[in-house]
Amino acid sequence: MRLSPAASQRAAVAVMWTMTAATIGVLAFVILYVLARGLPHVTWEFLSRAPESMGRRGGIFPMIVGTLAVSGMGVLISAPIGVATAIYLTEYTRKGMLTTIIRFGADCLAGIPSIIFGLFGFVFFAVGLGMGLSILSGGLTLALMVLPTIIRTSEEAIRAVPQSFREVSFGLGCTRWQTVLFVVLRSALPGIGTGIVLSLGRSISETAAVMLTAGSAMGLPQSLFDSSRTLALHFYILAREGLPMSKAYATAAVLIVAMLGLNLLAYGLMKRFHAKAR
Amino acid sequence: MTDNGQVKIRTERLNLHYGAFHALKDVDMAVPPRMITSIIGPSGCGKSTLLRCLNRMNDLIGTARVTGRILLDGKDILAGGTAMTSLRRRVGMVFQRPNPFPLSVFDNVSYGPRVHGELDRRRLAGIVESALRATGLWETLKDRLNEHALSLSPEQQQRLCISRLVAVEPEVLLMDEPCSALDPIATGHVEDLMKNLAQNYTIVIVTHNMQQAARVSDVTAFMYLGRLIESGPTKDIFVKPKEKQTEDYITGRFG
Ligand SMILES: Nc1ncnc2c1ncn2[C@@H]1O[C@H](COP(=O)(O)OP(=O)(O)OP(=O)(O)O)[C@@H](O)[C@H]1O
Ligand SMILES: [Mg+2]
Repeated sequence: MRLSPAASQRAAVAVMWTMTAATIGVLAFVILYVLARGLPHVTWEFLSRAPESMGRRGGIFPMIVGTLAVSGMGVLISAPIGVATAIYLTEYTRKGMLTTIIRFGADCLAGIPSIIFGLFGFVFFAVGLGMGLSILSGGLTLALMVLPTIIRTSEEAIRAVPQSFREVSFGLGCTRWQTVLFVVLRSALPGIGTGIVLSLGRSISETAAVMLTAGSAMGLPQSLFDSSRTLALHFYILAREGLPMSKAYATAAVLIVAMLGLNLLAYGLMKRFHAKAR
Repeated sequence: MTDNGQVKIRTERLNLHYGAFHALKDVDMAVPPRMITSIIGPSGCGKSTLLRCLNRMNDLIGTARVTGRILLDGKDILAGGTAMTSLRRRVGMVFQRPNPFPLSVFDNVSYGPRVHGELDRRRLAGIVESALRATGLWETLKDRLNEHALSLSPEQQQRLCISRLVAVEPEVLLMDEPCSALDPIATGHVEDLMKNLAQNYTIVIVTHNMQQAARVSDVTAFMYLGRLIESGPTKDIFVKPKEKQTEDYITGRFG
């Protein structure tokens, strides 16, 4: 039997609609399920107290601090390095062997499972350099892990800046560095910011890499050399140990809300980026 | 060349290769000061290439190789040790498509001076005002300095780009088909503007439009296949060209 063009068009639309609805449905279900089970347990006590007896009671305050410290450090280290690399690759080099190798390397790094970064961080930072299981080791490991993403997204944002802007700036007697600083980065900033915010999200939700480097201590960290458990890891441990699931879901709910917030921020930046490039 | 024989820019045996392609061949051209010199010729003959040599914008193209001499006020700008930044402040460029930065009117015009170190807000405001006056935009835009430059009309955008250039006080303005993105009325306005600017600046303009060359320029240079075929006072070129190729081109027999 052959379908008429109109019928096959309707069938195609119906199939695509179903697929889309299924995807969104599953996503929404997961998020709503976790939020429904977790949010009722998210109280001010929960957010502001330290955990007691391995997390059976009490809250997650030290983990919030630990998460912010480890992932904040990761991004604070990787953002300047990544943006500088992207500027160098796009503005100061012509396409050649070396830049191709660097890009290829970055793409490969981006595909490596995070547990391997964790292992490397453990061997290199924690043991080799004697940093131990600490915020420092964890932050440096996360920095390595998100660096390729930051390089690639920054590169894309920088490439999207029209060539004519650079010509104008050179034509006014500005140096390459002035042009990069005042024209290129200024236009690319929202795009670069988006990449950084998404990387922050990835750092926050990372478990494997931080487990092996930042450790799982539950106390409030006093310095960068202290071990600290992140939220995602706390959730993993609670769920694995079968400690009260209510606490696990509550932790997950906090994570999900934080990620939604970050993604909204990234989305807002992206919109500004496109509005500007019109 | 002109009545008093003064020369602002002179090229001597200027050759340019893009890789293996010989784009400019032994170009000898003289540009008189405070006048409008137009470069005409069929598409692809090297007009833009020649123009971009005059402030070394071709340096940005990796494959371009230049030989010969380009004398600006008697000094060779192709010589080693020429500071590109000071050269380009003296010899600035206006492009074919109006290309303001996606910033406010004020930020566009003040960009050059600010990058060059002028940070005093009051002096910047003065520079912006006189640069906008020079292009006839001040009266329309003086209350709209914070408006986004991309909300202006194409003509205003092109004037703004000229203001942005004038703000760094260049001596020479290079314009590559500055009116090709404008309608005829706006083109007329910009041509008037060019004549005004020629009282203070040396202007070199590339144009496809022979009437435009005839209307605005004091000197015209005709190029064909990378060579400068002939140049001289505009009325001579248009009325009694010496070369057959020039005559064929301006009478519309080719190009
Ligand atoms: N970056 C480049 N690499 C290689 N060849 C180039 C490059 N730029 C220009 N050319 C070639 O050099 C020749 C002259 O180009 P140019 O842009 O100077 O011509 P033009 O006279 O300005 O033409 P048009 O009137 O179309 O603007 C053309 O044949 C062109 O294909
Ligand atoms: Mg051209």
